[in-house]
Amino acid sequence: MEPLMAITIGTLFAAALYMMLRRSIVKLVIGLMLLSNAANLLIFATAGMTRGAPPLVPEGLSAPEGVVADPLPQALVLTAIVIAFGVLSFAVVLVRRAWEVVRADDMDRMKDTDR
Amino acid sequence: MQLAVLGGFWVAAMAPLLHRWFGSRAAGVMALLPAAIAAWLMAQWPTIAGGETLWLEWAWAPGLDITLTFMIDGLAWLFAMLITVIGTLVLIYSGEYLHGHRDLPRFLVVITAFMMSMLGLVLADNLVALFVFWELTSITSYLLIGFNHTDLAARKSAQQGLFVTVGGGLALLAGFVMLALAGDSWSLAELNARGDQLKTHALYLPLLVCVLLGAFTKSAQFPFHFWLPNAMAAPTPVSAYLHSATMVKAGVYLLARLHPALGGTESWVVTLSLVGALTMASGAFLAVQHTNVKKLLAYSTVMALGTLTMLLGIGTETALTAFVVFLLAHSLYKGALFMVAGILDHETGTKDVTAMGGLRHVMPRTALVTAVAALSLAGLPPLLGFLGKELMLESVLEAEAWRGVILPLAFLAAFLTLAVAAVVAIRPFFGPRRETPRAPHEAPFGMLAGPALLATLSLLFGLVPGLLDPLVRAVIGGIGAGQAEVHLALWHGLNLPLVLSLASLMLGALVFRRWDRLRSRLARLEPLMARGPEAGYEALLRGLVHVAEWQTRFLQSGYLRNYLVMTLLVLLGLVGHALLVRHTPSLAFAPDVYLHEAVVAGLMIAGAVAACVMRSRLAAVAAVGVMGYSIALTFVLFSAPDLAITQLLVETLTVILLVLVLFRLPRFSTLSTPVERLRDLVVAGLVGGMITLLMLTVLSGERLPRISDYMVANSQPLGHGHNIVNVILVDFRALDTLGEIFVLALAAIGVYAMLRFHAEAYEARNARRTRRGDDG
Repeated sequence: MEPLMAITIGTLFAAALYMMLRRSIVKLVIGLMLLSNAANLLIFATAGMTRGAPPLVPEGLSAPEGVVADPLPQALVLTAIVIAFGVLSFAVVLVRRAWEVVRADDMDRMKDTDR
Repeated sequence: MQLAVLGGFWVAAMAPLLHRWFGSRAAGVMALLPAAIAAWLMAQWPTIAGGETLWLEWAWAPGLDITLTFMIDGLAWLFAMLITVIGTLVLIYSGEYLHGHRDLPRFLVVITAFMMSMLGLVLADNLVALFVFWELTSITSYLLIGFNHTDLAARKSAQQGLFVTVGGGLALLAGFVMLALAGDSWSLAELNARGDQLKTHALYLPLLVCVLLGAFTKSAQFPFHFWLPNAMAAPTPVSAYLHSATMVKAGVYLLARLHPALGGTESWVVTLSLVGALTMASGAFLAVQHTNVKKLLAYSTVMALGTLTMLLGIGTETALTAFVVFLLAHSLYKGALFMVAGILDHETGTKDVTAMGGLRHVMPRTALVTAVAALSLAGLPPLLGFLGKELMLESVLEAEAWRGVILPLAFLAAFLTLAVAAVVAIRPFFGPRRETPRAPHEAPFGMLAGPALLATLSLLFGLVPGLLDPLVRAVIGGIGAGQAEVHLALWHGLNLPLVLSLASLMLGALVFRRWDRLRSRLARLEPLMARGPEAGYEALLRGLVHVAEWQTRFLQSGYLRNYLVMTLLVLLGLVGHALLVRHTPSLAFAPDVYLHEAVVAGLMIAGAVAACVMRSRLAAVAAVGVMGYSIALTFVLFSAPDLAITQLLVETLTVILLVLVLFRLPRFSTLSTPVERLRDLVVAGLVGGMITLLMLTVLSGERLPRISDYMVANSQPLGHGHNIVNVILVDFRALDTLGEIFVLALAAIGVYAMLRFHAEAYEARNARRTRRGDDG
């Protein structure tokens, strides 16, 4: 499964970076979303992908039986998903304000501080 | 002693306070510090004269092998004595020279700080400590040259001095690091004991080049000599102290200090002899062209520094003896002469010797002091300068390498220096009385005391050279010759050096008589001089500015995508290179993929690609949503239920947010050309491919044991939770979660502020309010 994921993640990164290289600031935001998803997936997949063994301790036991998926990268990715959402909402509102002030979607027209 | 030096910096910082209490007499009060150190040094003399080395240990950063240990042997003692004695005199002198000057406190702060740095430099045993003090002297020198900071020329000279010496300092640092590596120690004493190991080491040549660069820039050796005459923009006490007696000798000190460790090889002998001789001759040659008394003296200082370097290069016992005697003689007479130059400037209002004349009638004492010091400069008996010059000529005759070149240069320097001495001593004081901008009076006692004492010492040591025997023995014992038998005497018998001296006396007198005519002849060389090393320095600075401008324009385009492309290409180069060179990623596909998993992966790819190519905003947002939900599915399939829940929630919120906000924004429009799109596609595709390779490489490598086993085992017993991921978030790594909450809160505040605050509306309201106020 991992090689397939590697290719998927590579494609996601390529798509994200392509969008971030656009002049349109809205496309930049979409690129940012793709990038954070790609990075999360990369962390998750690199730790190894385990089928059907979530890191849960069954009722009445003090530790899970057998091998379970690594919980640490999951915890990291969970934090990252939430933070990515915070960053994204900030960016989206920022873009909206920029549009209100500059009336332009083209980043080349936002190069200077002069209006 | 370390306390005295470090405490000295505190005394320096207190100068403004002392100035408030004592007024201009603060300089005299501060002179007590170097005087006390000099007295302490004098008390150590019996130990030093016995050939022993005084160690004052003090660990500074033991973990880094940096100590502030002071080592006082003959060489360090001589330098420390010069620094403190001349420092005391200069402080007293500057109290008079800058009497009532607005910036006297600032001057006292910097010059005292310099004094302590210089002391630290000559006493330090550790290379790092030495380097720190070395740089401190450069910086304080910069502040002192630029003392008259309203003067453009002074600022420019200060900058030049700083660039040259600190540039050399950089080379020196590299040299020190190599020296420590090659000698396996940071202690100068240990390095000096390992000379043989160093001289055969593979790093010997590069480290020698670096150390010499540092020493040559500091001691104004050709072709770095140009900064020293320009440094004469400093107040005269500074010129007397830093730029003749002490700081510029730091380079020579370093060479002498490292003589046992690095000296004596062919490259050392040839480089030092030739550079020294060239500096000596060009300094003397340039000196006779100037009429400004400070420039005259500055160029003759260049000549003296060249002489010292050359003597270290020759390195025989006679040469080392000559080194010590010449060093002492030069510090004594040049300190005195510079202070006299300050008196002349102070009393007459001009620095041009051709504009002065007949001053001996109004300033008889100054005239006498000048005459004695100048006789020493000229190298005439019975002064110490004569001894220095005789020994110098004798060493040159002994020199093995390039004697044919050095000897004529030394002879040239000798008779030109004699002419310079004559100009300084005779032109201002004899001949017809000339009108000067200010009516001159005899100098006050505070100004004359210093030069008078130094001149007297020149005479005393000249008459009774035997007084110096133990000192010379102690110094040269430390820098190479072992236990040498030294007996200085004024009369060496009728030998070749004496004949050369007599010849130089006649030629020098001739040059002096024809000085005015000679100068106008030499003025014709002006265009040639304009192409000297200083022009090279200027060109270098201009080039630096151009390169900075060019690379700023090239790199700082102001377009986000250019920065991004640059960053990605660098990443690609570095990581890609490491991947391809060090690893061979295998693309072997293990056939363990179920159909539904392949479908989910396909959906992710399709969603991402669709988001890129869709021309409608809604479709693009929907495509991102498809990708996000597919990722949630992946989490479900591969044992991460918490992630799946979070991803689902966040993805839903994101899509709602985008739909709400983005529809207030303009439609997508095509802004880029096909070529640009192709370029971006190539860059993005390459980086994506690299990530794939990177991941495959990581996966094919050896699996390290997980660090989460502890958390898995203890989640229930310690954290009392059955969901291990949750326990990690709120217990094991709770601080991370706290940080995350902060980030979210910050983002929320930002979002709220941007939605609520409208600058235009605020301004409009303000404007309305102001208008209403005007009406009322």
